[in-house]
Amino acid sequence: MIERRIVTGGAIAALLLVAVLLPSPVAARQDHPGKAPYDKWCAGCHGVDGQGEGPGAAYMLPRPRNFVQALYQVRTTRSGSLPTDADILHVIDVGMPGTSMPGWQTQLNRQERNNLVSYIKTFSRFFETDTPDVLELTSAPRRSDELIEMGRESYELLECWKCHGTTGRGDGQSAPTQEDNNQFPIRPADLTQPWLFNAGATVEDIYRTLRTGLDGTPMPSLEDALQGGVVTDEQLWGMAYYVLSLAPDQPVIREVIEARLAENGLPASPGDSAWNAIDRFWVPLSGQIIVPPRWFSPAVTGIWVQAAYDDSEIAFRLSWGDRSRSPDPVWADWRARVTEVMAPHEGDTAMPAAGPVTDESATTAVPASPDAIAMWFPRSLPSGMERPYFFMGNTRVPVYMWHWNSQGEGQEMLGRGPGRIDPLPGEGNGLVSDAVFDNGQWSVTFRRPRVPADSANAINFVAGAPIPVAFFAWDGDNGEHGTRGALSTWFFVYLTEPASAALFATPLFATLITAGLGLFVVGRAQRRDRARNGGGT
Amino acid sequence: MSNNRTITNLATLLMVGALIACGGGDAGEAGGEAGATGGDEAASAPVANAGTIMGMVNFEGMKPANTPIDMAEEAECAAVHTSAPMTQRVVGDDGRLGNVFVRISGAVAGAAGAPSQPVVMDQIGCVYTPHVVGAVVGQGVAFKNSDPVAHNVQATPQLNRPFNISQPMTMTSAPQRFSTPEVIPVRCSIHGWMEGFIGVAEHPYFATSAADGSFTIANVPPGTYTLEAWHERYGVMTQEVTVEPNGTANVTFGYSEGMAANAVVPMGDPIDPHNHTAEEIAAHRAATSQSQQ
Repeated sequence: MIERRIVTGGAIAALLLVAVLLPSPVAARQDHPGKAPYDKWCAGCHGVDGQGEGPGAAYMLPRPRNFVQALYQVRTTRSGSLPTDADILHVIDVGMPGTSMPGWQTQLNRQERNNLVSYIKTFSRFFETDTPDVLELTSAPRRSDELIEMGRESYELLECWKCHGTTGRGDGQSAPTQEDNNQFPIRPADLTQPWLFNAGATVEDIYRTLRTGLDGTPMPSLEDALQGGVVTDEQLWGMAYYVLSLAPDQPVIREVIEARLAENGLPASPGDSAWNAIDRFWVPLSGQIIVPPRWFSPAVTGIWVQAAYDDSEIAFRLSWGDRSRSPDPVWADWRARVTEVMAPHEGDTAMPAAGPVTDESATTAVPASPDAIAMWFPRSLPSGMERPYFFMGNTRVPVYMWHWNSQGEGQEMLGRGPGRIDPLPGEGNGLVSDAVFDNGQWSVTFRRPRVPADSANAINFVAGAPIPVAFFAWDGDNGEHGTRGALSTWFFVYLTEPASAALFATPLFATLITAGLGLFVVGRAQRRDRARNGGGT
Repeated sequence: MSNNRTITNLATLLMVGALIACGGGDAGEAGGEAGATGGDEAASAPVANAGTIMGMVNFEGMKPANTPIDMAEEAECAAVHTSAPMTQRVVGDDGRLGNVFVRISGAVAGAAGAPSQPVVMDQIGCVYTPHVVGAVVGQGVAFKNSDPVAHNVQATPQLNRPFNISQPMTMTSAPQRFSTPEVIPVRCSIHGWMEGFIGVAEHPYFATSAADGSFTIANVPPGTYTLEAWHERYGVMTQEVTVEPNGTANVTFGYSEGMAANAVVPMGDPIDPHNHTAEEIAAHRAATSQSQQ
């Protein structure tokens, strides 16, 4: 009897051990209705076992969620608490804009998405023992200038700028050291691009993020400070409105960048206030993943492009967010870490081809590179729809390129394909560049005579014709150089011709003539009619 | 199907049982079948014939030098320190190892429960004080910010729930509680050099070794136990210890230089953006101001 009890006790102890060690009962998962959609749509990144290590994971930063940890960024619950089912469903529905997670609302029906919520929870034992601690979130007060000012003061006082920067571009002094709970490097959000916020960009979304934090990331919850009386609920709403005030509306992407005639001369420098009156166009960029070495974690998400011209010259200003002026020694560790974690390791200078890494420093020897930007055009105006290969041309049809980096001047180049860029032969065409780095933003201007001296290799900026243009940006401290960086597709620059007097007068004249003729015809007909009727009585 | 469900339910039950057993001692809910852990009376009653564990943590080999912390960006924190602040990775006198968290692991019959008072982990001069703090399962751990600058406390446990709370100015947090024994790394995202640890133990039978390597665990119910030692760089060691009624058990842990290679370092190397030479940074500043137009 006693022996039996000992044996049973031993068995229970062993089972207890197994139960504690196993993430969750595996058996329950096999028949789960969420398994099929999960394995089909989610496992590629989050892994069949939910550990966030699917085949795609190593190409993503931030990494996919590890469902075994049950660590969720977007919640309505206290930091450290589990999310509600509605919280998980919300993220499945709308996705997480700053990450690789898309929304599934249109892809999967409601039942499938509900099943996924329930299935994802089976990966973690925490859902069996813990319950979500839901916070009482207040509703948004009316937006006002006073509230925004209160938010600005709080942003200052609570030292949000230490990570997010004084102008909100994610370039604060602590930005280079950030890492998530699993020790992957992570960037503080650029508050001037709210459309990339992981947890959404409405004022309610931002307020919720401030209250709950983004668990798993360095973004902490202010709930404790709120309960401790260090910050008020109104100040949190103020901060949410203030954050939104730092950003423009989400830009509409247009294919055509309009350059207008500058009647009072072209702006002289990147800081010239005349640029403020010139329309800006958003050119989104994405990681260069076409030719090796590819790059899946670009730091530059897009460029604001402005253009103006006069009789003799054309000027462009390119402005983009960049957290550091590369190469900055303070960012050297970041460069090493991000290069180390991002697959594929094509072209890592000191990465051994195979076998174990023997010298620790070998994996982290990434060259310290400057920041750089390139924009290129066909060498001459295409006659039809045919354009050179969009990614820096090829040997058969090269492109005419302007290239600038933070250690030198803008240069005219000839692009014969990705990574095959050479200085333009000859005397050049008088390209002038200028650059300013200010609080996490580069502004670079290019200026050149519209008519080139070397008409064989350089584009002639004629008015009234769409001129193809494409862009590439490098952030040196993010390990970007060569073909590693952020790329756009073809856009067009269009030098709008000033509307001449004839342009307005002709339609007006035509309208008047038509109206006059009409009146004349109708009047005559009526007169004749009246005459005939009069004659009849 | 029904078989599966039975297995699931059984496993769930067992797991809940395990958690309750682990979290025993502190609250009434630990009653029921978990009789072995004692329950309510034990929590308040003085331990009869209690003994003491007195120990020493020795160290063989060379200790790596701790690196100085550049607090130039936080003048208010730097001002707190009378000598140059250093990281606390490996501390201890010659041949000794400090900041080793030692606890009895496993069941202790007649164990005392969790103290009702929270322990406090302070942030003074942008350094966690103490570097390693011990707490019992269910006991509160309050984080205090004594600095006039913002900190955040990012805890990254594996078995407990991770959290990240902001302490934007001088304040003390509401106590956080942990359900499962483990050593939990804590760091501040704003100050990359700040790191500390919370040792969560089943019972109040734990201690952290002093700089001279010594530690004392008092009021231990007589019995034979497994003693587990943990160090952030050199990992885990265990040994058996028998505490006689009213007796004193002497134990020694022997850490050595070579153990670092096999130990799981919970936080990796600290990330300090300022671990660059002054020349490097000065050269960059000069270069940037030159080309700035």
